[in-house]
Amino acid sequence: MNKVCIYLVFLCCLFLVACDKTSPVAPEENELLDGPIEGLTTQQQIQFLKGDEAFADVFTINEGLGPLFVANQCASCHPGDGKGHPFVQFTRFGQSDTLGNQFMTFGAPQLQNKAIPGYQPEVLPTGATFTSLIAPAVTGLGFLDAVSDADLIALSDPNDMDGDGISGRPHWNTIPSYVQLRPNSISKNGKYISRFGKKGAAYDLLHQTSGAYNQDMGITSLFEPIDVFSLLEIDPEVNTETVRNVVAYLKTLKQPLPRDVNSGDVILGKQIFSDIDCAKCHSPQLTTGISPIEALSNKTFFPYTDLLLHDMGVGLDDNYTEGFALTSEWKTPPLWGLGLSKDAQGGTCFLLHDGRATSIESAILMHGGEAVQSKNKYLLLSESEKTQLITFLESL
Amino acid sequence: MKTFISIYLKLSVGTLLVVIAPSLEAQTLDSILIRKDIDTSASVLNMDAAYNRPFLTADKMPVSLGGYLEANSIYSTEDGVTEGLSFQARRLTLFMSASISKRIKFLSEIEFEDGTKEIGIEFAALDVAFHPVLNFRGGIIMNPIGAFNQNHDGPKWEFVERPDVAVNMLAATWANAGFGLYGKAHKGNWVLGYEVYLTNGFNNSITDNEENKTFLPAAKANEERFEESNNGRALFTGKLAIKNRKIGEIGFSYMGGIYNKFEEEGLILDEERRLDVFAIDFNTTIKKTGTYIVGEIIFINIDVAETFTQQFGNKQRGAFVDIVQTVLKKEMFGWKEATFNIAARLDYVDWNIGTFKETGTEIGEDLWAISPAISFRPSAQTVFRINYRYQWQKDILSNPAAKTATWLFGISTYF
Repeated sequence: MNKVCIYLVFLCCLFLVACDKTSPVAPEENELLDGPIEGLTTQQQIQFLKGDEAFADVFTINEGLGPLFVANQCASCHPGDGKGHPFVQFTRFGQSDTLGNQFMTFGAPQLQNKAIPGYQPEVLPTGATFTSLIAPAVTGLGFLDAVSDADLIALSDPNDMDGDGISGRPHWNTIPSYVQLRPNSISKNGKYISRFGKKGAAYDLLHQTSGAYNQDMGITSLFEPIDVFSLLEIDPEVNTETVRNVVAYLKTLKQPLPRDVNSGDVILGKQIFSDIDCAKCHSPQLTTGISPIEALSNKTFFPYTDLLLHDMGVGLDDNYTEGFALTSEWKTPPLWGLGLSKDAQGGTCFLLHDGRATSIESAILMHGGEAVQSKNKYLLLSESEKTQLITFLESL
Repeated sequence: MKTFISIYLKLSVGTLLVVIAPSLEAQTLDSILIRKDIDTSASVLNMDAAYNRPFLTADKMPVSLGGYLEANSIYSTEDGVTEGLSFQARRLTLFMSASISKRIKFLSEIEFEDGTKEIGIEFAALDVAFHPVLNFRGGIIMNPIGAFNQNHDGPKWEFVERPDVAVNMLAATWANAGFGLYGKAHKGNWVLGYEVYLTNGFNNSITDNEENKTFLPAAKANEERFEESNNGRALFTGKLAIKNRKIGEIGFSYMGGIYNKFEEEGLILDEERRLDVFAIDFNTTIKKTGTYIVGEIIFINIDVAETFTQQFGNKQRGAFVDIVQTVLKKEMFGWKEATFNIAARLDYVDWNIGTFKETGTEIGEDLWAISPAISFRPSAQTVFRINYRYQWQKDILSNPAAKTATWLFGISTYF
């Protein structure tokens, strides 16, 4: 009997000790895309949690999904807050110039390629040009949102005055009535600088989020009340507080943190990145202006984007556009988090606007237009230099 | 529902007291009440589990009462993040059976899950025996798919958690209103049993739910299934079980039918969509070592609209296997046949088998878990369990698995 008691006591001790010792270790902070920025107030953290929950909420048919849709939750397109996967690829159609979308009565701009049972998904109307899109990562968006218009204008060179072959320009676009202008915003002929989305056509995160609820999930809101199936205004299917919580969540998601920053190859790769002029569009460093969220105000950060539109050449021109961008123009995508992309995309990275590049090198080689000189310089690099460059990009 | 439960409890206890009260003055309760233990004879099959429970009855009284309790503490950590220690009152289940007349009997099972969060009738059926191979059962029945759905009482198992395949792929405990037949035959060492039932079935929620995957348990939220069929089509469940008294039992079961609401008031809403579930269950004891092995393998095919999201898969499969070894059986702390057991469980569930149309790569949405366990049974009816569970769960894209480690300490006892 004594032995039994000893065994029991031993087991209880083992149980207590083992609780902590056997637990899976938390990944390093720089291996994860999700999590809040530092310095949020308690109130902001509570809203972050609410937004995080709403971001993961699954819309069912009873809750308003569809009848036509592309995805049934925000997280389907942005798994782990990272880039999307081709199984939730978007097709946008109907606009091939700056005169606006000519296919709005056919359900443009987005093809609702899924439908709830009993309904048929949309098909591309005859004559409509289109592009396919993979959703971007959503981390660090608050920093990008808080960069001042003046800073973006300063980065731009629309007429290539410096003669380097790179002529980034802000996307001056009309904005919906429900958005609130950011501090010190600059207007030009009634248009404002928009910066979110592959064509940079969304002004801010409320514009982007309301559009995504509507066009991606078929969910109407106070901001975007037109049902994508009937094309008529209907009651909101998601409440305003939820949309605002998601916007707050997106604004306060931390920026992706680099890894292996002291590695020799990473340091050399970073230098090559600059030497072959990648950094002229993928600007390593930006600074935020004044933000209502104190933790975002006046912060220097490293997104590797200039948030400007660049002509990427015929290879990436799908003859579709949004707002006042040309069909060959794409907003420079941030490169931060690039090395973590495959962890959100099922082990393979799907890069460029439609995921056509499945490796960083193939993405580089598909650059054209304003980036053709950088691509040619990349081709002239030695194998070890190419490896160093890619090692650096994977460290982001 | 709460009013019903209250009446049920009062009736149960009241019946027992009315019968035994006159005798209380002269005798103690222990001498009046009779405990009917679990039948461990070799002719018992999983299909007998509903009636094969320890009941408490009084001499010559036609009513028997019983039940079980499951409670535990849990400490879980997912990828380094823990929500700390919790205590859970998983289940309080009450059974009442009655012999109505010769070869006619009734059994009901009411379950309170997570306190009073979920209260459900898991079984309430009338059984009429025409012949050992021909029995009628009607009322609220447990569909005989796999073995765990019918044989799920907590005190019978060495693990706090129920098998994932049973509760998160099948819908254990899955009970419905319906009727059917069952029977058993014996010859030598062999026992053969069958069950066939028609019941109400599933609904659209299994392919449209907040789990964001094809999820049969979502239909449990539809309480109307006890009142009317979702679509006017019966769900068929059938099982054939064979047991060799020296080897063990194996069961083959099938459950299927149209699950969706395809028509309403004569208007077509959708095409008819089928659900087909196949299960193999087995249990055996290796005589030489006394090692008990039990498990189930499940295959599900389901028609999901081609136009719907690939989040909801049309094929699923899963399995679990438990291995239990008694390492000490002797008198301990005054309990004559107390036992110490070590055990291990392997869980596997894949909720979405197939490849993405766009990339041809495999769809994830799967889970593996291994759970070593130690249990102490002062008697066969009561178990103390310490379980450790390590789980790997992948999302639909097969991104790096979320790793979860869980420690559980629990008790479960019949009463």
